[in-house]
Amino acid sequence: MNLDFTPEEEEFRAEVRSFLREKLPGRISEKVRTGKRLTKQDHEEWHAILHDRGWLATHWPTEYGGPGWSVAQAYIFDVETALAHAPRIIPFGLSMLGPVLIKYGSPEQKSHWLPRILDGSNWWCQGYSEPGAGSDLASLKTRAVREGDHYVLNGQKTWTTLGQHADMIFCLVRTSTEGKKQEGISFLLVDMNTPGVEVRPIILLEGEHEVNEVFFTDVRVPVENLVGEENKGWTYAKYLLTYERTNIAGVGASMAAFNHLRHVAKTQRKFGRPLAEGPLFAARLARLEIDLENMKTTNLRVLSASDGGAASLELGAMLKIRGTEIRQEITSLTRRALGPYAQPFVSEALDEGYNGQPVGPDYAAPVTVDYFNNRKLSIFGGSNEIQREIITKAMLEL
Amino acid sequence: MDFNHNDDRQMLGDTLGRYLQQRYPMDIRHGISASQAGWSAEHWTALAELGIVGALFDEAAGGFGGTGFDIAAVFEQLGKALVVEPFLGTLMAGRVLAKAGGQEAILSDAITGTTILAFAHEEAQSHYDLADIATQAGEDQALTGAKAVVPQIEAASHILISARVAGSPGEEGGIDLFLVRAGATGAAVRGYPMIDGGRGGELTLAGAPAILVAGDGYPLIEDAVAAGIVALSWEAVGIMDVIKAATLDYLRTRKQFGVPIGKFQALQHRMATIALEIEQARSAAINAAAALDEPRIKRERAVSAAKYTIGRVGTLVAEEAIQLHGGIGMTWELPLSHYAKRLTMIGHQLGDEDHHLARFAALGRLL
Repeated sequence: MNLDFTPEEEEFRAEVRSFLREKLPGRISEKVRTGKRLTKQDHEEWHAILHDRGWLATHWPTEYGGPGWSVAQAYIFDVETALAHAPRIIPFGLSMLGPVLIKYGSPEQKSHWLPRILDGSNWWCQGYSEPGAGSDLASLKTRAVREGDHYVLNGQKTWTTLGQHADMIFCLVRTSTEGKKQEGISFLLVDMNTPGVEVRPIILLEGEHEVNEVFFTDVRVPVENLVGEENKGWTYAKYLLTYERTNIAGVGASMAAFNHLRHVAKTQRKFGRPLAEGPLFAARLARLEIDLENMKTTNLRVLSASDGGAASLELGAMLKIRGTEIRQEITSLTRRALGPYAQPFVSEALDEGYNGQPVGPDYAAPVTVDYFNNRKLSIFGGSNEIQREIITKAMLEL
Repeated sequence: MDFNHNDDRQMLGDTLGRYLQQRYPMDIRHGISASQAGWSAEHWTALAELGIVGALFDEAAGGFGGTGFDIAAVFEQLGKALVVEPFLGTLMAGRVLAKAGGQEAILSDAITGTTILAFAHEEAQSHYDLADIATQAGEDQALTGAKAVVPQIEAASHILISARVAGSPGEEGGIDLFLVRAGATGAAVRGYPMIDGGRGGELTLAGAPAILVAGDGYPLIEDAVAAGIVALSWEAVGIMDVIKAATLDYLRTRKQFGVPIGKFQALQHRMATIALEIEQARSAAINAAAALDEPRIKRERAVSAAKYTIGRVGTLVAEEAIQLHGGIGMTWELPLSHYAKRLTMIGHQLGDEDHHLARFAALGRLL
């Protein structure tokens, strides 16, 4: 066993760091560091910078414009960008749709859509969940009926993250009601500017507009926007679950958030000493740090066993559970560390250019918003209870 | 990065595993554990001849291993078979002798299996605090005091003992390390069986003659305990893998309400948590093994993180495995119950989860 990165990998880390120093705009990293809202333009600007360097589609094969990295390189990139307070890469086109098109798309679909994901011509969103299909995704009801050269789409998607920015949505739709419910699902690409598509915001508990409902009323979708075969969409959707595992644990983001928590806990004072040195809070911090260190190694074990992209479902599920638990615990301890200053909520303070007097410590404004927002982590992407079933079913094979 | 054992270590583990599977099955193990000696000289000799003791020491000490991952490969297998023989004491005391130097003959005999070592450091009042040592070394290096719960001390021919030449309990300075022969005048052992198998004992010293191994021995003690924690962590990993396999098997085959109980969601979720936590514990054990030869703070942080994790996860896995087995999990007859006992008692050796959590936090403030 050897836990060290190779000298070549360390050189790569240095290269990523120097790239970030030169190219990551300070205006954007400062917003990420201080927990301010990122605009669509912020994301697009950062994507364009990465695309310029050929580092945007970190998991794509080189022939489609990926950098051809090993999993270790992709991991290093994830950690370094997070520690440098770069925005996360918006995953819908790059990490979700792209790999599906590369594996199952037609040559025409690949040559049309993949370059447009890379250069930002399209902003994709994901149309999976429905009001009646959450953890039981396969019970989705949005219907697509073939009429000549088109599918006619009727139904509703929900929890559509950043759908307000999107011009394209990839959808799981029902094309058959015969047989098992998984066998009547197809994978469709839908232009959101088509008549009959309506996006309505859902305001989350912390007051932010991040997710949406998307309604389809007699929306006509050309048949060439079907990916793969009709009624095989469930297979493609499941492929997504095994494809991209490098980042499922969110190691980089949690490392950055833990560093911030440690800073807050050292700055906040109680009984005349830093909160971080009070025995109870110190124990909570230590527990969290150990959990994070353990998960980092588990993550590297999974990566190193799965060079090439796919990891076992059960290990991926373990990383999803523990990764989200750790991230949630970080946001929870950060919130607690603020004491009474977790309560004030000056929404404008999260916008760029706000120059009002902060209420309480200057890092306080986004903390509770972040805490409540991140309750989503254990719910989305297959709730942590669903992940537990995946783990046990894979082990038991009953 | 490579998370596989190299070929030599893989072979070592396989050889040991095969031996234990064939010659140390559960009924034999129970017989050895319950015997008057509480260990088997025959197996000890055979295992030493296989090179299992030599694997715990580096070449300078006359062995052919000695890294964290060598210790890992050995103790993982010892855990799987619930071996009661005195490997831990021999590892820790031998490591001190190797690093201190000057005791090559004894060390060489330990590696060939003709000498067995015990590590007698903790005292009744220390409660895992390595510096809380009250045993005194008097003139002519005669030792007076008492050592608590020393594993397999009756098996040892030489006992490594820490004793104060200066300072007071709680201070790291002023602790020297000595070697006492078993049966020496003034060194009395009260032996007893342990709840998880094998034997331990209380050592009372009343002017026992000793030879000095090392002055100012605290760093050597810490290093030996670090190696001991790596060993215990991997013993626990081996045990947890056995428990996991046995519990999965039970969930597949035990039927209630007309179906295998593994069909029930309440049990599935508990099993998933067990499996997830075992992987975290394995990662912690890997981190500790990798850090064993690193500078002090890095090593000690990784070791405390591992012992905390093993303590927390070990108790969880032991308790949950018994619960998932139901009534049968409570029986002596089922091997699982013995794995659960040993796993829980590992938490009581060389510091429990609370001790190491606090220690991890304190070491963090030195960074």
